[in-house]
Amino acid sequence: MEKILLPDIKNLHQIDVYIQNGGYEAVKKAYKRTPDEVIDEVKRSGLRGRGGAAFLTGLKWSFMPKNTDKPKYLCVNGDESEPGSFKDRQIFEFNPHALIEGITIACYAIQAKAAYVYIRGEYHNWIQMLQKALDDAYARGFVGEKMPETLGGSFSCNIYIHKGAGAYVCGEESSLMNSIEGKRGYPRVKPPFPAQFGLWGCPTTINNVETISNVPTIINKGWEWFSKIGEPRHPGTLLFGVSGHVNKPGVYELPSGVLLTDLIYKYAGGVPGNKKIKCVIPGGSSMPPLRGDQLEGVKMDAESLKAAGSAIGTGGVMVMDEDTDLVRVLARIAKFYKHESCGQCTPCREGTGWMLKTLNRIARGEGTSSDLDLLTDVAKNIEGNTICALGDAAAWPVKFFIQRFREEFEKAVKPEVSIPVANKIHSMRNTAVPLAEIKK
Amino acid sequence: MAKTAKITVDGKTYEVDATKNLLEVCLSLKLDLPYFCWHPAMGSVGACRQCAVKKFRDENDKVGKLFMACMEPIVDGMIISIQDAEAKEFRKGVIEWLMTNHPHDCPVCDEGGECHLQDMTVMTGHDYRRYRFKKRTYKNQYLGPFINHEMNRCIQCYRCVRYYRDYAGGKDFDVFGVHNTVYFGRHEDGVLENEFSGNLVEVCPTGVFTDKTLGKHYTRKWDQTYAPSICVHCSVGCNTIAAERYGLLRRVQSRYNGEVNGYFLCDRGRFGYEFVNSPKRIRKPLRKNKETRQFEELGSEDALKYIRKLLSDSKRIIGIGSARASLESNFTLLSFVEKQNFYWGESDRNIQLIQKQYDILRNGPARTPSLRDIEKCDVVIVLGEDLTNTAPMIALALRQSVRQEPVQSATPYRIPHWQDQAVRELTQDEKGPIFIATPLATRLDEISETYRAAADDIARLGFMVANSFSDRSPLVSGATDEQKKLSGKISEALKKAKRPLIIAGPSLQSEAVIEAAANIANAMITSGKTCELCFTVPEVNSMGMAMMDITHQGIESAFEALKNKPADTLIILENDLYRRAEEQAVDSFLGKFKNVIVLDYLENSTSLKADAVLSSGSFAESDGTFVNNEGRAQRFYQVYDAGENIKESWRWLRDIMLNSGLHEFGKWKILSDFTNALSKAMPVFDGINNITPPPGFRIAGEKIPREPFRYSGRTAMFANKSVHEPKPPEDIDSPLSFTMEGYRGKPPSSIIPFFWSPGWNSQQAINKYQIEIGGALHGGDPGKRLIEPKSGKTPAFFTKIPQAFSPRNGDWFVVPVYHIFGSEELSVNAPGINELTPKPYVMISSEDAGSLGLTSEKQIELEAQGKTYSLPAKLNLGLPKGLIGIPKGLPGMPEIKTGSWVRLKMG
Ligand SMILES: Cc1cc2nc3c(=O)[nH]c(=O)nc-3n(C[C@H](O)[C@H](O)[C@H](O)COP(=O)(O)O)c2cc1C
Ligand code: SF4
Ligand code: SF4
Ligand code: SF4
Ligand code: FES
Repeated sequence: MEKILLPDIKNLHQIDVYIQNGGYEAVKKAYKRTPDEVIDEVKRSGLRGRGGAAFLTGLKWSFMPKNTDKPKYLCVNGDESEPGSFKDRQIFEFNPHALIEGITIACYAIQAKAAYVYIRGEYHNWIQMLQKALDDAYARGFVGEKMPETLGGSFSCNIYIHKGAGAYVCGEESSLMNSIEGKRGYPRVKPPFPAQFGLWGCPTTINNVETISNVPTIINKGWEWFSKIGEPRHPGTLLFGVSGHVNKPGVYELPSGVLLTDLIYKYAGGVPGNKKIKCVIPGGSSMPPLRGDQLEGVKMDAESLKAAGSAIGTGGVMVMDEDTDLVRVLARIAKFYKHESCGQCTPCREGTGWMLKTLNRIARGEGTSSDLDLLTDVAKNIEGNTICALGDAAAWPVKFFIQRFREEFEKAVKPEVSIPVANKIHSMRNTAVPLAEIKK
Repeated sequence: MAKTAKITVDGKTYEVDATKNLLEVCLSLKLDLPYFCWHPAMGSVGACRQCAVKKFRDENDKVGKLFMACMEPIVDGMIISIQDAEAKEFRKGVIEWLMTNHPHDCPVCDEGGECHLQDMTVMTGHDYRRYRFKKRTYKNQYLGPFINHEMNRCIQCYRCVRYYRDYAGGKDFDVFGVHNTVYFGRHEDGVLENEFSGNLVEVCPTGVFTDKTLGKHYTRKWDQTYAPSICVHCSVGCNTIAAERYGLLRRVQSRYNGEVNGYFLCDRGRFGYEFVNSPKRIRKPLRKNKETRQFEELGSEDALKYIRKLLSDSKRIIGIGSARASLESNFTLLSFVEKQNFYWGESDRNIQLIQKQYDILRNGPARTPSLRDIEKCDVVIVLGEDLTNTAPMIALALRQSVRQEPVQSATPYRIPHWQDQAVRELTQDEKGPIFIATPLATRLDEISETYRAAADDIARLGFMVANSFSDRSPLVSGATDEQKKLSGKISEALKKAKRPLIIAGPSLQSEAVIEAAANIANAMITSGKTCELCFTVPEVNSMGMAMMDITHQGIESAFEALKNKPADTLIILENDLYRRAEEQAVDSFLGKFKNVIVLDYLENSTSLKADAVLSSGSFAESDGTFVNNEGRAQRFYQVYDAGENIKESWRWLRDIMLNSGLHEFGKWKILSDFTNALSKAMPVFDGINNITPPPGFRIAGEKIPREPFRYSGRTAMFANKSVHEPKPPEDIDSPLSFTMEGYRGKPPSSIIPFFWSPGWNSQQAINKYQIEIGGALHGGDPGKRLIEPKSGKTPAFFTKIPQAFSPRNGDWFVVPVYHIFGSEELSVNAPGINELTPKPYVMISSEDAGSLGLTSEKQIELEAQGKTYSLPAKLNLGLPKGLIGIPKGLPGMPEIKTGSWVRLKMG
């Protein structure tokens, strides 16, 4: 099987090696066509975003306004902070020029003169690697003013690396743009969408690192070729970051639609000690977990995972064996989302803290079964009602862990209802719950 | 209403304004929908998620989806539900979340009883705690003398930071931290720098920011007695609510007036009130003992007798009025002493300037804008005024004007203007054109293009702009390149403007500046454009004085006149002459009278010289009418009855007249008699009697109570003296009662003592008093505009262009420096304001200082008007060479004439 993003070519990160292997040819090809033709090619290829939502990339590009006197921007999202997700850094390390070339093509397609690659602050080394590659690309005239000479045509663009400061929420597209603008990393209410008002209020497209890195190959080999890889509705190869209880954790580039069980057993070497799997989170920590007995036949692509009751997310597969304490897992996940909540909107800001405290109490063995209902209730109220999807990301694990592993959570809590007696005095407004109903 | 749409809310169909958001529309329909982060003056950001409603796709959609009402544009045919069970449950859940960290310390919280969070909690029905953990706590900050900080109560609605930074342009306040420990405050303890910080108290829906001055003498909202009042601390005439208990003025809040101050006040206006409680208050009439030269207190009857004695053998009485006294008080004094003996207690120079401004507005084609109008102007030229310090709320209004032009760019994108976050994102730091020409740097410089120059050069710049619109305004010869470039730029901006505005005033004591401003406006209008013209004036009723039919002679004229025609008795109405003229001149003037009678409420240098002092009521104990800089007549009412020893000056003066045998004045009994007589005598004031309902006005036979119906402790108030409850004082002058009894519904807009509505105990009850959110009050915004432009007539142009300013070697030209805290006579007696008042100093340009070898804080000897003063130096970067800044009105600061030349000696 052919690999698009991480082919087995030694030293591909070096610009000469990249060029020897046909690098920077796609951009030349692209620049001979009109931007709309490039967008069309990507559209037809069926490429979907690898940043979590699996949105159609070509379609997203086509949202960019054509007639505007404002500058347009491309943002490349390399914030990669979702627990369980560690694929973009492979690209920075092993194939940075595919990203850079992809950016020059994407910029051309949407007519952006500048692109910002936003990389999480902790990726210090990877930032240096990409910077090195970028410097080389500039030196060779693949990026910057000299592009017309090197690549033909008249288009040129600049690429800047923007280092994040370690906030997960800054991976959310509008928050990322605020962060680049030097503002607090607060997500913006949508609409308006970035294609209208993005960076500095100008039309902006934002794509994941992996998404963009696919573009040169699509241009080189054509949409048809690409669309035939893997699952037709979510074509191409995906970088699966497999972690947890597997013998060979790591990043695997495989066609979409690969069986989850194959991914775990065939590629990642199975579970140490041949233990049974209790739980798998297939797409990064915010995605709904699957029970060990739900894995059979599940294919790894957006549509199949949706049908299976989860989501592809960032393709970060976290495997947990039968001895895993899911209460602690969930408490740890909750801690992350509480910590990363930006504090802007009430449900997420207050709900994440409350859920964490409750989960910690359960983990300490002090929880009661009404705590589980409370958790579900709080999660339900957060879901869909926040400014950005971090709220959902925090709510889903709580909701689905408790739903899908109810017995385990029930075991961790005391069975009795320990809600204090309802305040009947206030039931003037009929808002308090009569005691009898609680005990029912 | 602009564009309307039909929407269905809980099965009922309404026709609503389609330019508003769904929350505003629901509130305008007087439906109860809880909210926090949205603010009518600041738009929506959708942060708190409190205003969720169910929205249905169409009639067949029975499930619907939750949406934040404040973020929903109105769409024709929209179907929503507020009462939907899921929506209600969610809104209750939001309060439950907020309460997980809110300390719930209402009993010790100053917000308690007027707290939006309390109201919304009750509204959503959340009353049962499921959260069983500790709450997060914060460290509070010292924020200066005005505002208390109690961060634990914060519900993170972000209103404060949006108000302080985005609306008011403050820099030293922000949100810090993340997740559920976000913090709102300064980077470190310290006095809040913004001059409008007090609005945080009303903007914050909880008890995080509370009024520190109220805290010093705290009383719950329901236990205070209120009256609709007018701020007396500058000419803008912001509408206020003043509150009292036990004879102590407790606080001032903004009284919504859609045309004037809207929701806000400046800090001088909000916190200056404490002068009313000052130890310097004159609470009883005083007589000076001829031997000991000490004051003795008198009862009011005795005082009147004493004054009769003084007057009985006087041959000629001179009256000096005051621009901080009401129209009625000035008119009564005028009626007593008669026109030829009445002087408006202001310097001749100021009178000329104010009078000129009034004439321009009265006879010219340019309209004087209200504060609200100013906010809507898109290009603004300010000539000579440091607005933040002379007419603060105009400065706050200008911070909104600069957004007018940029905000328009949202329209083609179909971003509604109330969508604050998106609009700010789109407009970034873009600012509409505003040009400020002043000698000194001003707070507004950061939003404007500036020109630093002496008054004459500012005027020349103005004349150049005027000339570019009409040849009838003369050409300026010998302009500098800088002036040419700038005036060209200003003209360009004005040509493109949809709603241009020129602002000027008398602060620099320059006729030319005022004339230049008038010429610009007139030239623009004659060339077929529109232009509004706003003049500031020095005091709360200066414009009213200008409009009065009096001789318009000032203090110096009075000094002169006395030389030719002696008089023996002087009556001074609410005026400290030592603030108006040089000390020696006032001394000698006062010395020429046998009897000096002063009516005032605060001891000052003039009252100390008096033979008799009558204890007048301050604004808090008086009724009356002021005319603000716009020309709007506004009524203020006394808050409480201060007993028989404190009366309105007009009432004292009436009593004096009656006592002196002028029985025809016996028919002047209540306020409206005075106001009627005034408007009859001076037709310019026609109609001012109707700006509030007549004293006999009743609703359902009842008066409007000054006290909320939960007012408590009335029977216990005097129980230490007597168990009999005294009869409450009666208010013969107004339809307001001094008690909690009376009509409980909403009174007419001009006599709203406090905002309250069932379930809405906080100031946000204002929603229920407005026709439409953010618009006029029911029954129209109070006040009456008395000055309207003359259209059709070709305006007169001013033709005298001053010479360019040229510095003199060794001499310095005095320009005034105004301080919001310190320059105003009354507010400086409020302890908080006093604390922020600078010490006397002189300001010199850094350039001049350099050549003189001067450093900051070094004492310099200043020779002015034949006297030498030693004062510390302050260096100023912007001040042009050859000018020296002299702070106005600061306690301890000698009065050095603006526009005079002084000499410096190094100490
Ligand atoms: C809280 C939050 C964190 C996110 N973090 C990332 C991230 O680290 N990297 C990423 O590519 N997308 C992230 N996303 C998704 C982005 O908002 C956006 O959808 C994505 O970058 C679009 O790129 P794509 O269309 O190529 O997938 C995050 C979203 C949310 C709500
Ligand atoms: S959902 Fe959470 S992270 Fe997103 S805006 Fe709201 S508080 Fe911030
Ligand atoms: S301090 Fe007040 S206004 Fe500011 S966020 Fe907290 S509750 Fe809102
Ligand atoms: S702007 Fe003037 S009138 Fe308004 S509150 Fe301030 S001092 Fe009072
Ligand atoms: S008022 Fe609508 S979200 Fe806060």
